[in-house]
Amino acid sequence: MDLLWQPLLLSIQLAGVTTIVLVVVATPIAWWLSQSDSSWKPLVQTTVALPIVLPPTVLGFYLLIVLGPAGALGGWWVEITGSALTFSFTGLVIASCIYSLPFAVQPLTAAFESLGKQKLEAAWTLGASRMDAFFSVAVPLSIRGYLGAVVLSFAHTLGEFGVVLMVGGNIPGETRVVSIAIYDQVESLNYGAAHQLSALLLVVAFIALFAMFFVNRRWQR
Amino acid sequence: MSSGDTIKLRYKLQRESFVLDVDIEVPTQGITAVFGPSGAGKTTLLRCVAGLEKPAGGTSRSVQERNIGYVFQEPRLFDHLSVRANIEYGQKRRSHNGGPDFDHVIELLGLQDFLSRSPSELSGGEAQRVAIARALMSSPKFVLMDEPLASLDQARRDEILPFLDRLHVESQVPIIYVSHNIDEVCRLCDYLVVIDAGRVVAEGELQDVLVSTTAAGLGGDQAGSVIQGRTDSYDAKDDLTRLTFSGGSFWVPGKAGASGAPLRIRIRANDVSLCRVKPEQSTILNIIPAVIDMLPSADSASVLVRLLIGSERIVARVTQRSVRELDLKPGDEVFAQIKSVTVRATS
Repeated sequence: MDLLWQPLLLSIQLAGVTTIVLVVVATPIAWWLSQSDSSWKPLVQTTVALPIVLPPTVLGFYLLIVLGPAGALGGWWVEITGSALTFSFTGLVIASCIYSLPFAVQPLTAAFESLGKQKLEAAWTLGASRMDAFFSVAVPLSIRGYLGAVVLSFAHTLGEFGVVLMVGGNIPGETRVVSIAIYDQVESLNYGAAHQLSALLLVVAFIALFAMFFVNRRWQR
Repeated sequence: MSSGDTIKLRYKLQRESFVLDVDIEVPTQGITAVFGPSGAGKTTLLRCVAGLEKPAGGTSRSVQERNIGYVFQEPRLFDHLSVRANIEYGQKRRSHNGGPDFDHVIELLGLQDFLSRSPSELSGGEAQRVAIARALMSSPKFVLMDEPLASLDQARRDEILPFLDRLHVESQVPIIYVSHNIDEVCRLCDYLVVIDAGRVVAEGELQDVLVSTTAAGLGGDQAGSVIQGRTDSYDAKDDLTRLTFSGGSFWVPGKAGASGAPLRIRIRANDVSLCRVKPEQSTILNIIPAVIDMLPSADSASVLVRLLIGSERIVARVTQRSVRELDLKPGDEVFAQIKSVTVRATS
């Protein structure tokens, strides 16, 4: 039974932590993108969108180098904690955040852009500081953008394979998520277990997306 | 920005194909109208005052520090909050100096029944009333209103105007009211600033500006003047009210104000005609002796003649041909026939 549930729980855990981190990280990026006229904007947009285009193996390869004990981030991490980032859950979270970043940034940017300046100006004239107006007006009015960002980041992280394989490997309970476990089972011609895991992932992904579209429809009215 | 009993407004702003250059002082009492055609820079001026636009050499004080209420053309309510929470939004953030009484403001704008609703359930006029209450409750030093009725149809305007009348009488907060509708200006405002192409063309007390040479003809077909009067008596038999002012009296249809109540009387130039001799047997009730004060030369078919009646001045639109055939000159004594007036109680 552990063979079935452990990878699924790990997948959900990874997707959950990644989503939380991404909402925090993507909010300022998306806000800046929605408000800025800076000439740096296209560069930031490109960088954020790259994970959509690049094969996960390319992303995973670079991450493996950067996060590895000889890499800039990985070496520093070893110094601080004494353990390596690669082939660890923490390393997977970092890789997943980069892999799923566009799926959090883009819905938020769209929501902030459609919000416009009008309501914020009203809040400022009523005495709200920029930060206060952002949290009391912009965030609640962009709630659908946040819903989209949460569901897409979660679902996209749940379904990642290539990056995990490159950066995390296949360590039970640590980095063996559902998609890896399925690959593993198929490799050893264990089709029964592969069926079960695939069906589970299908159901979870379906429920997550359906919940988003359903709630979105409710909020539209 | 405010000193004594005037507010100083001084802004220079350069935009491509547009320059705003304004240096005026407006009273801290009552409602000041900023009137001008579309594109004259009225909204830009208000945005400079509020700090939403940064003029060259302007103060660096932020929008928040200025403490100026702003009612935009659109209500700009916060849809995720109830009407009550919208109104309390500014109050919570600026409660330090007490501020106006919540219940009084709610009553003033007739919002008692809307407090628990969502902004999406309100009509345009109701939403704009909530926006006004929200601005007032942030206890601003003064309130800017940027054509708050412009996005509403006539029925909605008529519904909201009585609330603005009450606000005019009861509110202690000075209001700067931007409009391109001369009827609204004549009804609501005390002081008038006329701007065109980013510059002030005329400013002063409403009555003075309306009959001044530079601003005469303001509002085109709707041009006219405003005089101050009182309700005298009501004739129940004919359903007419007699109003008195410094130069005589008027009859107006219906019942207008309690006896002795001060009134603002608006007379459109198109509703005034002139006679050399007092017309007998006319259907027009109001025929008042007047003196021609000023007769500008004009190159169009009609001119606006300024008349003196007692100490009040009104304007009449007459054709050039009539001026010639009646040989009208400044100083002449004539009879003004006034076909209709609109009145509004001022307290």
